[in-house]
Parts: sequence; C-alpha cells; structure tokens
Amino acid sequence: MAVINLKVNGKKISKEVPDNVILSDFLRNLLNLTGTHVGCDTSQCGACVVHLNGNSVKSCTTLAADCDGSEITTIEGLAKNGKMHPMQEAFKKHHGLQCGFCTPGMVMSAVDLLQKKKNPSEQEIRDWLEGNLCRCTGYQGIVAAVKDAASKM
Amino acid sequence: MANLVGARLERKEDKKFLTGKGRYTADINLPNQSYAYFVRSPHARAKITKVDHSKAMKAPGVIDVFTGDSVALDKIGGLICGWKIVSHDGKDMKCPPHPVLAKDSVNFVGDHVAVVVAETLEQAKNAAELVNVSYKVQKAVTKTEDATSFETIHEGIDNNLSFDFLLGDKGKTDEAFSKADKIVKLDIINNRLIPNAMEPRAAIGDYNTSSDELTLYTASQNPHLDRLIMSAFNAVHPEHKFRIVSPDVGGGFGSKINVYAEDVVVSYASKKIGRPVKWVAERSESFMSDNHGRDHVTHAQLALKNDGKIIGMKVDTIANLGAYSLVLAAVTPTYLYAPLILGIYDIPAACCTVKGVYTNTAPTDAYRGAGRPEATYVIERIVTKAAKEIGMDQAEFRKKNFITKFPHQQCLVHNIDSGDYNAHLDKALELADYKNFENRRSQSAKKGKLRGIGFSTYFEACGVAPSAVVMSIGAGVGLWESAEVRFNPTGNVSVFTGTHSHGQSHDTTFAQIVGDKLGVAIENIDIVHGDTDKGPFGMGTYGSRSLAVGGTAIVNACDKIIAKGKKVAAKMLEGKPEDIDFKAGEFILKNSNKKKTIGEIAFACYLPGTFGDVKSPLPEGVEPGLIETSFFDPSNFSFPSGSHICEVEVDEETGETKLVKYTVVDDFGTVINPMIVEGQVYGGVAQGVGQALYENAHYDESGQLTSASYMDYTMPRADNFPQITIDYTCTPATSNPIGAKGCGEAGTIAAPAAVMNAVIDAVGSDISMPATSEKVWNALKKNGSKKAAA
Repeated sequence: MAVINLKVNGKKISKEVPDNVILSDFLRNLLNLTGTHVGCDTSQCGACVVHLNGNSVKSCTTLAADCDGSEITTIEGLAKNGKMHPMQEAFKKHHGLQCGFCTPGMVMSAVDLLQKKKNPSEQEIRDWLEGNLCRCTGYQGIVAAVKDAASKM
Repeated sequence: MANLVGARLERKEDKKFLTGKGRYTADINLPNQSYAYFVRSPHARAKITKVDHSKAMKAPGVIDVFTGDSVALDKIGGLICGWKIVSHDGKDMKCPPHPVLAKDSVNFVGDHVAVVVAETLEQAKNAAELVNVSYKVQKAVTKTEDATSFETIHEGIDNNLSFDFLLGDKGKTDEAFSKADKIVKLDIINNRLIPNAMEPRAAIGDYNTSSDELTLYTASQNPHLDRLIMSAFNAVHPEHKFRIVSPDVGGGFGSKINVYAEDVVVSYASKKIGRPVKWVAERSESFMSDNHGRDHVTHAQLALKNDGKIIGMKVDTIANLGAYSLVLAAVTPTYLYAPLILGIYDIPAACCTVKGVYTNTAPTDAYRGAGRPEATYVIERIVTKAAKEIGMDQAEFRKKNFITKFPHQQCLVHNIDSGDYNAHLDKALELADYKNFENRRSQSAKKGKLRGIGFSTYFEACGVAPSAVVMSIGAGVGLWESAEVRFNPTGNVSVFTGTHSHGQSHDTTFAQIVGDKLGVAIENIDIVHGDTDKGPFGMGTYGSRSLAVGGTAIVNACDKIIAKGKKVAAKMLEGKPEDIDFKAGEFILKNSNKKKTIGEIAFACYLPGTFGDVKSPLPEGVEPGLIETSFFDPSNFSFPSGSHICEVEVDEETGETKLVKYTVVDDFGTVINPMIVEGQVYGGVAQGVGQALYENAHYDESGQLTSASYMDYTMPRADNFPQITIDYTCTPATSNPIGAKGCGEAGTIAAPAAVMNAVIDAVGSDISMPATSEKVWNALKKNGSKKAAA
C-alpha cells in the first residue's frame, strides 16, 4: 500500500493504492474513468493507452504506485471546455471508429504521434499505430483521420 | 431534411465513444457486486473424477463456489444448437450434452468446470487455484481430417460424426462430369480463426430478490434471442421476469451471437447468492472459449468444356465443429456454405457434401461471413486455377461463366433476384488498371520482388432471412425483424429496433432513413436497441441483416405512422384522408394551402380532447397516441456481389508478402450512408487479409491452444495495409423496399480468395492460409528460387 499524489486530467488526486494495482485498473475502478479500456492481458492491443507526463503509455503495464507525482491525461481529459480535440474531430469526420472499443487508446496514441512529429507520412502513421489493434475499421479511416488532424494541429 | 439517405453523414454515436463515454458491460458496476472467476479445464479431453472445492469455500472473501453438480441439481439446462441439420440419410444431426459447467468430462482446453464467486476479483482468482479437480486425462483429437478415424469422444456419436450433409443432385453432377473435357481439382484448407472482437466478452447477473426480476448485462449481438434461449432451454428464469441489457458492444463478428456458459452461470449465481455477479473475460479466456470460426478441409472439382464453360462442380468438405455444437455451428458449414459454392457462375449441375465432426477444440460457430467466406474461397480459388489450366485470361474466364439474366435460379438453392456481375468486374478492372498489370510486375521484378494479382468475384446470401425458408431447413426461430416507431408528444421520435449495433452505426443509418421518411430532424430521432425491456422482441444483428430486414421493419412502421397521421390531418384540415399528401414532414390538403407538420399531428394524437378550434383532432375510431409497430419477414435472402482485385509483392529472400494494391467494387443495392458502408468494407477486407496472411488458431497434438495471446495469434495491424480503393455499382434488392442488400460481411467473404490468388500467382505454386513468410519462403525454395535458397 502506498499513497500516491498525481494529477489526472488536470485534477489533483490523492489515493491509497495497493502496490500491485495497474494504472488501467486504478483509472477504471478507483476513479471511474472507464474510457480507458482493457482489451488484452499482454500489452499488445493498445486500448488502454493514456498519456503519462505527456507521453503515451500502455496503462495496463504501468503500476499505479509508480505514477506518484505524475500528470496523467486520459481520453476523458482530451476535450477542452466541451470542445473535442482536433484528433477526436478528425476521427469523427473520417469514420475512424466503429464499435469504439479501441478508440480511446487509438486517439491517445495518435495525439502523441503528432506531438512528436508534426507532419508524419502515411507510412509513419501506420508504423506508429502498430501497437494499437482495431478489429473494425481496417485502419483506413484512422490513418485518414490522423493525416487530417496533422494538417489542423 | 430530405435526402438524408445516400449522404455521408458523420455518426451520431461517435461523440460518446471519442470522449470516453461509451458504456460497455465491463464499465458497469452495481452496488453490492461480487466477482466471478471460472475454473477451466487445462486438458483437451479428460474424465472428471472429483471436484473438491472445500478449500476454496474457506478462502478469504469467497461467497460461493458452483460446479457441474450444482447446476445439475438446480436443473439448469445445457447450451444448445439452435439450427439442426438433417443428414443425407434423413437422420438428425447428433449433438452431445453441453452442460454450462462440466460434470463428467471436459472436451477442450478452456471448458468450464467451476466458478468461484467472491467479494473481489482477486479473491475469486486466488480461490479458484484452490479448487481441486481430479482429471483422468485422455488422448485428444484436434485435427479436422483425423476426427472420423479417432476414438469416439462423445458417447453415442460414432466416428465423431455429427452429420453427413448432402446438397445437390449427385446423379446429374456425375453425368455432367462424364461429359467434361477437363476436370480441375483442388485441395483446400480453410484455416481456423478466432474472432477477436476488441471488447472481451463480459456478463453481469443481477437478481432482484424483492421483485423476482433477473437482469443480465451481457456483450451480445442479440439480447432478445439470448433471453429466449436462457428462459426456454437453460431454465435460468422465466422470460417475463428476465431482462437482458446489451449496452455498447465492442465488436462481435459472430462471436457474440451465442449464449455462453458465462451468461448462464452469472445469472444463475446471482439468483443463488442474491447479489450481482460480474465476470469480464481476460483475453486469454476469449481466445480459449469464444467461438472459433472456419476450420474446413475440402476437396473441390470443376468440370469444364474446352471453350472454358463450367458444366459441373463437386465439393466435399469436412467441417470441424469443435467440442460441442453451438447455436449456429451446424448451419454455418451447411446451408450458409454449400449453396454458395457456385459463386456467381451459371453452373448447371453441382453437389456438395459436408461432414460435421467433433474434436477436442473450442466450438466453432459463425464468424464474420459464416460459411460464405469458406464457399467463396473454394469457388474463387478453383475458378482461378481452371482459367490458368485452360490458358484463358482469368477475367475473361469469369465473364464467360457469369450469370447474366435475373432472377436466376441456381441449381442448388438460391434464386438470385438481381445483379450485374459484368458491371462490377469491368469497373474493378478499370480502377485496378488491370491492363497494365504486367508492366507493374516487371517493375516489381526490377526491385527484386515477385508481384502477383488475384481476383475474387464473389456473391453472398444475406439479409437473413425468410422465416418459412429457414425454418423448413432446421432453424429454431424465424428470422424476421421488429421495429417500433414512437412519436413522443413533443414531436421527437424514439425508434426501437430488434437489431443491435456493435459497431455497425445503426444510430446514424436508421436515423437517416427515419429522418427522410418522416421529415424529422436527425437530432430529434433516437435509435434504441439492446434492451429486452424497451423494444419489442427482435432477432438481433448478424448475417448482414440489420438494414435489409430491420431497416425495412422501421420503414413499414413509419408508413403506418404516416397513414394514421393522414387520418388525423384530414380531420384537422377538414378534408378526406385520401386527399392528404405527406411530404417532407408535412401533411398537405390537396389543392389548398392548408397543412400541418408531423409534429403538430403527433401532438394532436396525444390530445383527444379540445384542441384549439377543433373539438377533438382525433377522428372517430382513431385511438390516441402515435406509436406503430411492424414485424418484417423478407421474401428472400439478399445477394450482394462484387469484384475484388488484389496485388501483392513477395520478397524472394525472406518470403514476406506485402499487400500493395487492393481494389473493391461492390453492388450492395441501395446505400444509405457511403462513409459507413466503406468502413464496413475496409474492416471486412482487413479481416479477410488477416485470414489469408496472418491469423491462425493452432492446437498442438495434445490439444493445447498455442495461439492464445496477441503474441502468438497475429492480428492485422495498421502497417499491413495500403490504401484500399472502393467503388460501387447498384442493382437494388427486390426482396425489401429499401433495395438494400447488406454490406457487413462482404469484405471478409471476398478478400481471402483475392489475396491468396495473388500470392499463388506471385509464388507460382499452391500455398495454404495463412501465407506466412515461412510458408512462402519454403514454397519459393521448392520452386527453385535461388534467392530463397541463399
């Protein structure tokens, strides 16, 4: 057990967590932020991607206790003042989602790509998203969305 | 408001998903909730000699443990096969008992043996380790082709043969073959796949001890059907006191059609302990216990005349049902498969046999396309081989044999109402720049790559289905669909559909239809599904049926609304109902400027008393309210078709296959929202490419599933695809008034053959799916490639 202090979506949080609790469970079960999804047990599917101090991480393989003092942004924290982030808007415009399950991780991962590289090529987008599985879209709408968002961010 | 149909509208449902507000079953937590964890068989085949859960019962936090004995004692029924097939000798298929918790034997790795219910998930998991199951391990059979010669795994089912199915006229087909100039033969394996919806299955049973009402939250494609099965067969709870809610569902692809053991067990356990019981699958559980798909071994033959005309076809298939027969396990490799082996060719004589066999593997059932991808793979592979063997261009060969007149009664089952196969192939040839393919092949060769091209000119039978037809061939239910259109007094509209969206965009597509039909703004239309307490009984979403069948029920209910509206408008406008026109949301009295909006009419329908100047807006004999229900039963299946052309580049040194160009031209009949339809095709193609190049469910000799994680089961990823080009042709369906044919499965049905035909064209010899680098490299080496051998 350890008390951790952190900022989640701009809000200060102080919670006692068992040492073995992973960040995805912490967000979902203790903070009720169920937008972060868990789609596998092996850190392969990427549905759980959040930003930890500005970088995308798979929250299913991050210990909550290790996040003491950090800033976390989840899919719930991406829209500002009720206005969706340009990446969220682009996913809507280009039909980058169907069932919506992989979407939070996919969007968070894509946002981080554009933080790291302003105008990625199609191949760079596809390579970056290699760690996020989507079973519905065939990735075509997702790639189009990221390209479009890049032109607007 | 008009012209919503055909528009590329952004989806109504997107905002919630994009902002993390989607609500899937695993996101639901109920007060006083407990957690279930299943004890599963580690063996592929064993007798259970004892289940000792005494230690587990004493473990911290454990509330109860249930075993096969518990459910047997409480007379909980086993899982069922919902569509039974009759063998060629007239005998019913054989279904082994399939208890929700195994009592005497286990038959695949992952088979459910017991469930531990505890205060926390961790406590349930820890206690599950303490359940001591004594097994007498037996030899297991996993391979499809070995099943009939293996010892009997289910008592009374000789040769592990569930059914021996025959479709077609064998005598007539033999006669055609005797007149053939050439017979083309092909052996095909259709590899076993695991559906892998990204949302793992989840279920929460919630029994209310006060009202005696049971609610099951479950990730399902068809909550009403689940409730029917669980009431009538599993005897979990009476239907009128039983509610099933499927909230947002994160993909299904067939794997969420079945009532699973977990659904029954959490419902049962909740009743037993009087508290909510929650279970969420870990991905490894999904791999082990979701229904798998495909897994056929087939020998196909095509009889040809010298001019390239096909005169007969014979197909013999062994289909692996896995350990038990699930809801659609038997119909998938028979009636959804055998009639489709003819493809879009005018073949006068054919017969198809299918042996359904049991093995010690996860049960198979519908997976996106269900039978039709397997059939398309057979016909499109053998047609390609035939063209090559007689030295005809593969496009010409196909055209020579295409059905060109409609309606066309095929020699097996289907009466195809409409289509224009030359139109979509011509368009695809143009878009794919087929005439310059050899130039591209030479250019690839200069880079050291082998380029290949593959076709798949497919059709499928969907929009399932005419109830009388399906029930005459074994279906346990009819496949009509329901809708209720409910005008609220304030003028907005709630539309209840018996279908269920798990990614298909029903909130948007159906709202587009209703918006056009009733002239109501799309934001004032709410599509409601996934809750047995809300709308009328409906059959759910699978078999590309939601628009053709469910959408038509909505259209028909809207027509009833308009008919009633005309009566009310006539009274209010002082005319006759037959003199009222309805257009763009307005009821207009002919030859006058008098009109009422549909909102005004709806409001009036709820006010049978004095209303403005009118004493009562309701004519005599017209009931108050504006709610109409429709149940639609289609007259036929619908028959989408299309042409896929795929190009691959194969690296001779590594055997790696890369998809470099992919062109699709589909005929889906009327398209409501092209953006959504294209999304279905992109995703469908990706799953088909997955089968062809990457995915494979693999069991070892002892029956262990060695592909039970994303590290072992290769899912297609973003970097596996080029941009896919999509276009359409259109011949509207005649079996429903929308003219829709269905688009949900087409990509997955067509793509495996297109990709594999391209790979085989590049490599120069047959390769089985998935065409992994290793297989391709070995084939190249065998073919004498110096680079591969180096």
